[in-house]
Amino acid sequence: MTPRDLLRRVAFAAFVALVLAFFALPLLWLASAPFDASPSITASVPDFTFRNFRALLDNPYAVASLRNSVLLAAGTALLVVALAAPAAYALSRVRVPGRDALLYLLLLLSSIITGTAAMVPIFLLAFELHLIDSRLGVILVLTGGLLPTAIFILKDFTDATPVSCEEAARVFGASPLQTLRHVVVPVVRPGLATVGVWTVAQVWGDFLMPFLLLRDPAKAPASVIMFTFYTEGGQPDLPLIATFSLLYSLPVVAMYLLVSRRYGFRFHGGTKR
Amino acid sequence: MAPATSPPAETGSAVLGRRGAAAFVAPALVLIAVFLVFPALWTLYLGVTDYRLTGVAAARPRFVGAENYTGVLGDGEFHHSLWLTLQFVGGSAIAGQTVLGFALAWVLRDRAGPVKRLVEGLVLLAWILPGSVIAFLWIALLDRDAGTLNALLGTPGTAWLLDHPLACVIVFNVWRGTAFSMMLYGAALGNVPPSHLETARLAGATTWQTLRDAVFPRIRGHVLTSLLLVSLWTFNDFTPFLITAGGPDHRSEILAVYVYRTALGDGRLGFGAAISLVMILVNLVIALGYLRALRERRPA
Repeated sequence: MTPRDLLRRVAFAAFVALVLAFFALPLLWLASAPFDASPSITASVPDFTFRNFRALLDNPYAVASLRNSVLLAAGTALLVVALAAPAAYALSRVRVPGRDALLYLLLLLSSIITGTAAMVPIFLLAFELHLIDSRLGVILVLTGGLLPTAIFILKDFTDATPVSCEEAARVFGASPLQTLRHVVVPVVRPGLATVGVWTVAQVWGDFLMPFLLLRDPAKAPASVIMFTFYTEGGQPDLPLIATFSLLYSLPVVAMYLLVSRRYGFRFHGGTKR
Repeated sequence: MAPATSPPAETGSAVLGRRGAAAFVAPALVLIAVFLVFPALWTLYLGVTDYRLTGVAAARPRFVGAENYTGVLGDGEFHHSLWLTLQFVGGSAIAGQTVLGFALAWVLRDRAGPVKRLVEGLVLLAWILPGSVIAFLWIALLDRDAGTLNALLGTPGTAWLLDHPLACVIVFNVWRGTAFSMMLYGAALGNVPPSHLETARLAGATTWQTLRDAVFPRIRGHVLTSLLLVSLWTFNDFTPFLITAGGPDHRSEILAVYVYRTALGDGRLGFGAAISLVMILVNLVIALGYLRALRERRPA
């Protein structure tokens, strides 16, 4: 081994060690505090216990907020898939003038009109439509923002499937909706699953829209309710925050592991908003 | 055998007529129009009114012309916030995430095994965990009295979030978003023929020369795409609000937080809408650059 190779190895090891430390350091607390008998703000080897998880049941909003998160994520995912699938199918199969321009424009709009940039008009729109403090309002706003990208992803999937089966179904007298349900949906199911999982991931972590549009803490999802977990003394309620964070994070990690195991991690550049 | 691309128009319309197609597309377009396009257009109108959250101007907003826009462009707080945003995007997205992401993709490119999996797993975990959880983890890490960082460095009592708020959210965002650049450059490096790297190695090129002459020309498109995307996301990121809330004393008040404070904190919706429009225009410039880069990369 030449000195240069040795130097290279040492440099590699040092770099990897630094990167590991940098990325692991903030995560340590999430791994240790939920199981620590007396959790403090410092990450440390826990005095092991499961008792902290009882704090979740003692707080009136903790479990309900996770339910709200599920409601918002599932509602948005269903609506996005239900609306994007027919639109993507039609745009893939029927060539109307200006179709590509329309798709291009939609994608452009969805990337420039983000929740952050448009929070003022979105808040006012929800106010005028009486959708403040309504979970349906949050679902509709989020769906509007995610639909263009969802249509784009799904159109890629439908473009890649042959039309011959659909024509056969049509010849035997199936209506367009029947064709869609019995012929097209089974073929593009991986695409529908991709869009569904992607939507759930987007909504599960979203803070701004529910924070902006919901007033009643009983309706707030996990991302917003976390910031109300303080004790009477004004200190953060650490056992509660620690266990809640862990519980709230697990579905995302599980979903990621499932997706990467099942499909391999397919890299959709540009689909994270 | 089966056509793998868009079918010609005749066969397509045999299954679904034009009217049917319109019915299929309409519901999605209506929702997009109401909740995406309309808010953007409304921003233009709101920006020329003195709309407020409460009081007389809430009931009957008055037309004030370009007053809000001239007000925003001449506002010292806006300039300050714009400068902070520039540092935030430049430091965390363009410099931090891109350099660290590329470095990771480069050193891990031909490795396999537990070390690579561990590094990639941790970097990805930082990316996929919910923002609220991550924000609290960083508050805990940087806490003045009992934060893990102070315990490790032996600097008890250093209030990182109060003394260096902007630096904190920049480092935070590097940590949060490096995964995307790492994966994108990892995929891009797969397109560089190994023979080119081998040739460079045999010719005795230094790492820097190899990167400049053999690697970079092949991944230029990816670099551009990634730079534009991470800039767009970082520019629109609201998570710093969860860590510093723009404080202390507006020292980490990037535009995303500034627009929230003026519009919904202070209730000046017209003024906030004018800032919103500026943000949408910045987004437009970045997104147009991105779509153009994509088009050039796809020859079809």
